[in-house]
Parts: sequence; structure tokens; C-alpha cells
Amino acid sequence: MELALIVNILAAGIRSGTAILFATLGEIFAERAGVLNLGVEGMMLMGAMSAFGVAANTGNPWLGLLVAAGAGGLMALLHAFVTVTLRADQVVSGLALTFLGTGLSAVLGAPLVEVKQAPRLPTWSIPGLAELPLLGPVLFQHNVIVYVGMLLVPLAWFYIYRTRPGLELRAIGEYPAAADVLGVNVYAQRYAYVVLGGVLAGIGGAALSLAITPLWIEGMTAGQGWIAVGLVIFAGWDPVRAALGSYLFGAIRRLPLDLQNLAFFLRNPTYGYFMNMLPYLFTILVLVIGSREAMRRRLGAPAALGQPYVREERGV
Amino acid sequence: MTTRSAAALPGARRRLRLERRLEQPRWLQFLSPVILIAAALLVGGLLLQIAGANPWLVYRRMAQVAFGSAYGWSDTTVKATPLILAGLGVALAFRMRLWNIGAEGQLFLGAFMASGVALHWLPPETPRPLMLTAMAVAGFVGGALWGLIPGLLKAWLNVNEIITSLMLNYVAIYWNNYFIYGPWSQRGFGLTPTFPRSAWMPRFTDYAETFPALRGLTAHFGIFLGIGLALLIWLVLRYTRWGFEINVIGDNPRAARYAGIHLGRNIVLAMILSGGLAGLAGMSEVSGVVHRLQERFSPGYGFTAIIIAWLAKLNPLAIVLVAYLFGGLLVGGDEIQPAGIAQLLQGVILFVVVGGEVLLQYRVRWTR
Repeated sequence: MELALIVNILAAGIRSGTAILFATLGEIFAERAGVLNLGVEGMMLMGAMSAFGVAANTGNPWLGLLVAAGAGGLMALLHAFVTVTLRADQVVSGLALTFLGTGLSAVLGAPLVEVKQAPRLPTWSIPGLAELPLLGPVLFQHNVIVYVGMLLVPLAWFYIYRTRPGLELRAIGEYPAAADVLGVNVYAQRYAYVVLGGVLAGIGGAALSLAITPLWIEGMTAGQGWIAVGLVIFAGWDPVRAALGSYLFGAIRRLPLDLQNLAFFLRNPTYGYFMNMLPYLFTILVLVIGSREAMRRRLGAPAALGQPYVREERGV
Repeated sequence: MTTRSAAALPGARRRLRLERRLEQPRWLQFLSPVILIAAALLVGGLLLQIAGANPWLVYRRMAQVAFGSAYGWSDTTVKATPLILAGLGVALAFRMRLWNIGAEGQLFLGAFMASGVALHWLPPETPRPLMLTAMAVAGFVGGALWGLIPGLLKAWLNVNEIITSLMLNYVAIYWNNYFIYGPWSQRGFGLTPTFPRSAWMPRFTDYAETFPALRGLTAHFGIFLGIGLALLIWLVLRYTRWGFEINVIGDNPRAARYAGIHLGRNIVLAMILSGGLAGLAGMSEVSGVVHRLQERFSPGYGFTAIIIAWLAKLNPLAIVLVAYLFGGLLVGGDEIQPAGIAQLLQGVILFVVVGGEVLLQYRVRWTR
């Protein structure tokens, strides 16, 4: 393969992996706090739809981004209420959230399908760095949202592993009763992190509709929200591994497009359908690897993941 | 610490508390589904209003279209058929706390296998009973295979079945696309040629000569398959040892293990049956309705089945009822603009039920 093609695939991978990255980081925060949220796909769709709608109507993509963050956060708030306060089953509530987001974004977004274009978030070439050979095109000629994603990874890592609130976050996912005894408000923090997860998922959706594939199409996330949920397991709830996974998936998602010019591989266009299966098959593969490692090293899920916390009852 | 002081929310003094009701009053048990559906329609109506539609007109029109005439009932039955079959499959897995979210893909694979039998693997002049039986078996096998994969991964390696079964949905859709655009395609369009007559599930209207009342009713015999299997599964769950084991595993897997119930084997078996039933839904759909394999022949039956199974509290007989309700929602939703309202209402209903159920189980109190 030519070098240019590899550079191309890497750059495209980072770009198109950005939406999954936001969603994955958001889910890491929620799950670290002990709340599984399977509604990522729905929150991303609402984010993508509202961002595109607002940008198309106001001409301001930044406002679109803001509204998408709010939409994702609002949906997550619903999940937090149902699972933290009402203590309903997290799996079912998350599924309901995805159904709700899919349906609501389809209904509210119906008039947007005809809107062909909305203002996009700007693309910045970082002066000086963008001209570097190889590294320049791969890392420094991107949409602004891609840089935000890149910056978020070390920030999230530092927050989780090196700050006091990060320690409390890990505590409420591992042993909420102990955290409670130490004066941490488990309920309030779970609410906060679930909403933060929704905000990031909403931004991930906005990254899609305002930068990566600047359009609104019904169901345009095509399972990326679910892939994000799977990536969290693969990443072992670690932001840096989440970034690696997200960019890898971005690259795999792009492969059918990038390899189209290679005649030897895609002479028969219908083989493209098999290429399209790759991201989903890879998610399964990656989960298998992640799950095995989790078993081997006991580097698994937060112990209290999926369990509602009830103050009076002593438990994990 | 800032986080700690922030934790002292204004409402922290006088807080909302939930106390579990020791016993649910009888009137509540009967009324709860009604209350929940009414609440869901209310919330859905609010969202419709925001989306710029008149909820009252939307609901009335939907009810009229779906249940207002014999044709409406027939159309609703057509939609309810795959929902019952797939819903039974989902419920079987859910009873063991196996979150099979892959019914949609299992349904596609079932349709694929049944189409293979109808178009390529059996001659068109095969007698109809034989052809339909072979298609049903193939459909079951296709769906079962697609359920087996997450089942095995779960049983062997403890891989999260939610994600694997869900990812396989997408794989199944591309798999079908490859065949309907490729080797099985009719001139490159996204559909296969029509099945031979022997592969068509009998429809009610086929008997209009003997029973004139059935004229124009396109509901097909798949509904008998659905209702029959619902009865059968209800009996099995209630009266057999295996049904008992499934319930024990669902309630408490650890206790089940101590009682000598083989968890892994039951997980795999449940996923095979679960997928197989969804596969039958796919078979019944291509054989009874579309008469060929094509793109998007399912408006998300496999996903709706999840909601149905949950609403029916995983009870096979209740699934039939709820599937009819949702069949009506789909039939009515097709008539309504903007599209997606049916899906929106499904999400709202599930949410209200999940949250509302808890509220009904608990007593809400403001305490100091």
C-alpha cells in the first residue's frame, strides 16, 4: 500500500472516530459512577438532529453544538431519574431511551431531511504543525471538534485518576456505601455523571451532523452509539484506551470508502456489503478480547455497575 | 472540597423517599396497565404537540385505521404476527435475564434462510405443505444460528450479549443486502424474484369463495403459528421442569447453580430458541406478506418485540394482546405524518411503563 493511502486512512480514522470517542468517554463517566446507560445511540441521534436543525435555522453551528449537548444531557437526566431515583432496571431504561431518541429524532427531524446543508463547524489547520510530513495531515488538519475530542482524552484521564473528585467518582462506582459514609453524595454525583455522559453523547452526535457527515439522515448514527457502549468494555473504562479504540473504529468504518479505488479488492461492488459488516464484527471481536482480559486480570467493570444505590440498605 | 459542599442541594433536607409497598392493592394490579398506557399516551401527546401535530386527531385517526373495520383488524393482524413470534423469542431470553437485543437480525436471517428454500434450495413445484414446513424449519434455523453466536460467547467467555446480539443485527442486514443486490437479485434491484406460489403462506382472502366475509383480508396463517406457539410456550413455562429452571435462573443465577442447574447449557438453549422464534417471524413475514426477500421488509419488528415482551411482563399470552396493540400502532402510524410517530410512542410507552411501574410498587413520601 502506498504511504499516501495509509496517511489518508489514519486521518480519516481520527476524523470519523471522533463521534464515537465523545460517546465512549461520556459512557465511561456514567459507568464509572455505577450507572449503565444503553441510551447512547438515542442520545447521539437527538444530538445530531438538534445540532443540525439549530445550525440550519440560526446559521450558527456553535449554537447547534450547545443545543445538542443540552439535548443529550436532558435525555440522560431522564435516565438518571428513572434509574437513580426510581431505581428501575438500568438495562430496560437505557433501551427505552434509545427507542425514544430514535423515534423523537425521526419525528422532529423529518422537516430537516430536505435541508441539504447547514453551516458546519470550522476546520483549522494548526499553523506550523499542519505542514509536518505525515504527522501534519494525520493529526493537525482537522475540524475543530476533532481537536476538542483529542484534548478531552488526557483531561478525562487526569480527572479520573489524579484528582480528588475522580477518586470519589471511582468510589461511587466501586463501593457507594463506603463513599456515602465518607460524606460523598452518591445520588447527586450519579446524577451529575449520567448527565455529563449524555452531554458528551449529544456532542458526539453533533460532531457527526456538523462536521463528519454534515447532514441529517434518519438513524444516521448507524449503531455508533452501541459501538461506543461496547468500546467502554474493551477500553476497561480507561479514556486513553477508549481513544485508541475509537480511532481504530473510525478507520474501519472508513475502509469501504478508502479502499474503493483499489481495483483488486472491490471489483465486484456488492462485496462492499461485507466491508460494511466489518465495524460490527470488529466490535464483537474486540468485546471478546476485552471480556477475556477482564476475566484474566480482574480489571473489570466498576463493582457497583448496574446496581441502584439505596442508602438504608447496606451492600456494595 | 467543592464537590462535597455542592452535594448539599437545596432539597436535601426534605427529601423524596420511596418506600416499597409490602403488598400491592388488588385494584392497583388490575388498573396499573391502564394507568400506565394512559400516562404514556398523555406524554406522547405532549411530544406530538411540541412536534407540531394535533395529538387528539393523531390518536383518533390511528385508532380508526387500526381497529375501525375488518380490514383494519386484518392489517393489524398482519403486523401483530411477526411481533408475537419475535416477542415470544425475546421474552424467553429475558426470562433468564439474557438481554437478547438481536431479534431484528435473527428475523432477517430467518427470512434469508426461508427465502433460500423458496427460491433456490427446493424446486418450485414442491407441494405447499412440504415447502412451507421446510421454510419454517430453515427460518427457525437461521434465527437460531444468529442467536447461538451471542449465546455461546456469553456462556463460554461471559461476553456481554447485549452488544454482540445488537451488532449482529447490522451484520444480518448487510448479509441480506449482499444477496438481494448480488446473487439472488432480480436485475440488480434490492429484491429477489417473487416466490413460487407453493411458498406463499395461505391468506384469509384465499378462502373468500367459501367464506365471503374473508374477501380482501390479507392476514395470513402465520397468526395461528404465533398464537399456537404462545399457548405452547405458556404451558411449557408453567408446567415443565425446564420452565421452572428458566424462572429460577432468571430470579437468582447463583441459587440456580447451587441447585444443580447447568447455567451455560441453558443460556445457549434459550438463545437458540429465542433466535429461532424471531427467525420464524422473518419466515412468516416473507412467506405471508412480501412473498420475496427485499430491503427493509421489517419496520423494526425485532426492536418493537423487545418493548412488547417487557410490557407483557414476559407472559406469552399477554404478548399476544400487547402485540395487537402495537400492531395497531404500526398500522395507524403508517397513515400519519410525520413518519416515526409510531416509534416515538413506543419509546414513550416503554419509558413510562418502566418508570411508572416502580412508582406503583412504591409509596412516595416526603420525609425529613
